[in-house]
Amino acid sequence: MAVLNAPRIVSSRSEFADSFTLSRYLATGGYQGLKKALGMHPEAVGAEVDAASLLGRGGAGFPAGRKWSMLRRAPVSYLVINGDESEPATFKDHFLVERDPHQLIEGVTIAAYALQVTQAFIFLRGEFALGLERVQQALNESYEHGALGANIFNSGFSLDIVVHPGAGAYICGEETALIEALEGKRGFPRIKPPFFPAAIGLYGAPTVVNNVETMANLPWIIENGGAAFAALGAGRSTGTRLFALSGRVKNPAMFELEMVKNSFRDLIFDPDLGNGIIDDRAIKAFIPGGVSAPWFGPEHLDLALGQDEVAEKASMLGSGSVVVFDETTCAVRAAWRITKFFSRESCGQCTPCREGSGWLERIMFRLEHGGGRREDLDLLLDLCDNIAPGLSWPPQQTTICVLGSSIPSSIHSAITMFKDEFLAHVVNDGCTHG
Amino acid sequence: MSHLRPELRQRAEETVALYPQRRSAMLPLLHLVQEQDGYLSAEGMDEVAELTGTTPAEVRGTASFYDMFHLEPVGTYVVGVCTNIACLLAGGQELLQHASERLGCAVGSTSPDGLFTLEETECLADCNIAPCVQVNHRFVRTTTPDSFDALVSDLREGRRGDEVPPHGTLNRVRRVGGLRVSRTQIASERSTALAARDARTTAEPK
Repeated sequence: MAVLNAPRIVSSRSEFADSFTLSRYLATGGYQGLKKALGMHPEAVGAEVDAASLLGRGGAGFPAGRKWSMLRRAPVSYLVINGDESEPATFKDHFLVERDPHQLIEGVTIAAYALQVTQAFIFLRGEFALGLERVQQALNESYEHGALGANIFNSGFSLDIVVHPGAGAYICGEETALIEALEGKRGFPRIKPPFFPAAIGLYGAPTVVNNVETMANLPWIIENGGAAFAALGAGRSTGTRLFALSGRVKNPAMFELEMVKNSFRDLIFDPDLGNGIIDDRAIKAFIPGGVSAPWFGPEHLDLALGQDEVAEKASMLGSGSVVVFDETTCAVRAAWRITKFFSRESCGQCTPCREGSGWLERIMFRLEHGGGRREDLDLLLDLCDNIAPGLSWPPQQTTICVLGSSIPSSIHSAITMFKDEFLAHVVNDGCTHG
Repeated sequence: MSHLRPELRQRAEETVALYPQRRSAMLPLLHLVQEQDGYLSAEGMDEVAELTGTTPAEVRGTASFYDMFHLEPVGTYVVGVCTNIACLLAGGQELLQHASERLGCAVGSTSPDGLFTLEETECLADCNIAPCVQVNHRFVRTTTPDSFDALVSDLREGRRGDEVPPHGTLNRVRRVGGLRVSRTQIASERSTALAARDARTTAEPK
């Protein structure tokens, strides 16, 4: 049975139709965390986040407190919020910016206070038109309410937040590409190490880049204490997390669940959660954390929803998005479409990614649509090995950013798990699924 | 002579003033050009160059990187159908095919009446209501051929104007006022905070 008794930390207002308004936010305890934080020493605020062991919710799972402590001390520094959510099957930040923009703004203000940063940018995906409007409206209300701007709640602390629209590029979810886009350039990731944004970021100044969901956790953490947050979950995976469930399930939706306490089986099959597979068919496989993650078969269903638990089985919890394949799903078609995505979204800076993704896509296309050859399987794996040598997990990197090394995941998983299906595609000269 | 009409020119100048460096306003300003012209006109991009202190070539070179910017005219309604993994599993490819037939244009092109441009999109982050369809970057949540057809009829007859503004209009909520905190105030607060922090670190050696 699923464990559903944890507090809802970031999705507590979701049942209210007016959850995005200031009046609803204030009526449900809004801006109390910020008021408390402003009465604390900035470093004490950072210490609470450290005590919470809040792992960044963007996908890499780097501890937020540690990221903050790396911020190089300088007269000018920036806080940038990554709301460029584009990892396929991930829709948590979309939900958070549309449904609870004040919670995001409160979180950003708390983080800015802890870091003593006075200028923050919220970079939102351009396709979130409604989200942009909701966040701008909430910013206007927050300024009016005195929760933002000069001398916030008479604390002496001041902050401006600017919401910045992206324009359609998956790569801008990579933090240095996002910074480039925010500087008005093409979204080309920067070479790192040695210099991460905490040392050289926006306009060359020290910059912290944090995910939307990470920020949304902060009001609760400050109000209830880092220890209360750390008491939820287990091991390195503390607190709750938004799990985005999609694919061949009866109830595709987003669920806020305590970390580690539930398994993939709970998420997919519990009547209160995914409620099982459409038409009660058999589950074939699932992707545990966005399309960059290697796939899992049904044998991993009882794995706990935790960062390290998934990493130990050579995949990742990533962005918390779970995609379910049933027996009607063609593995070749699924892997082809994911590869096509990477091919379209490669920024083009590095040869292995730019050329490799296109080659892989064309081979996958001919396997799926006719014209595939038996030797294509070896060719695919050889190309994948050129992009991410050794095909290990976590992958080796031959490119500036991890988009390149994420490309092989789906193809490698599909060939390893469903080789017979590939061979059938060769024999039948294309796909025979519905 | 400004290509942007006065109201948009004013918004453009206010936008530039929000950033420490002018070039940062590039993407927001390009969205404003699309709001006026429906696509990125050469005159509009020239004006963005002037406003951001860059050259028209830099503007074009930046704009061409991003999928949402159209360097050629598009229909009044840009219809995006997602076929990425979650939508693929829910029939996105079939819905895209249906949309192409219904609108009378191939994927990536504009219908003969100039009303619709059809695009195959990557994941739009609304995967629980799949396949995902956006019109002018508004989630319209039509997941079946029937509901898609109803949407198209509504759009043809101008019945969804509130929900779906013309292509290019992204954010209809104006920022009230520019930055609220003056740069001098920020500088003085920062130096006080940094001095206090330095004093503490010197007082408590590690």
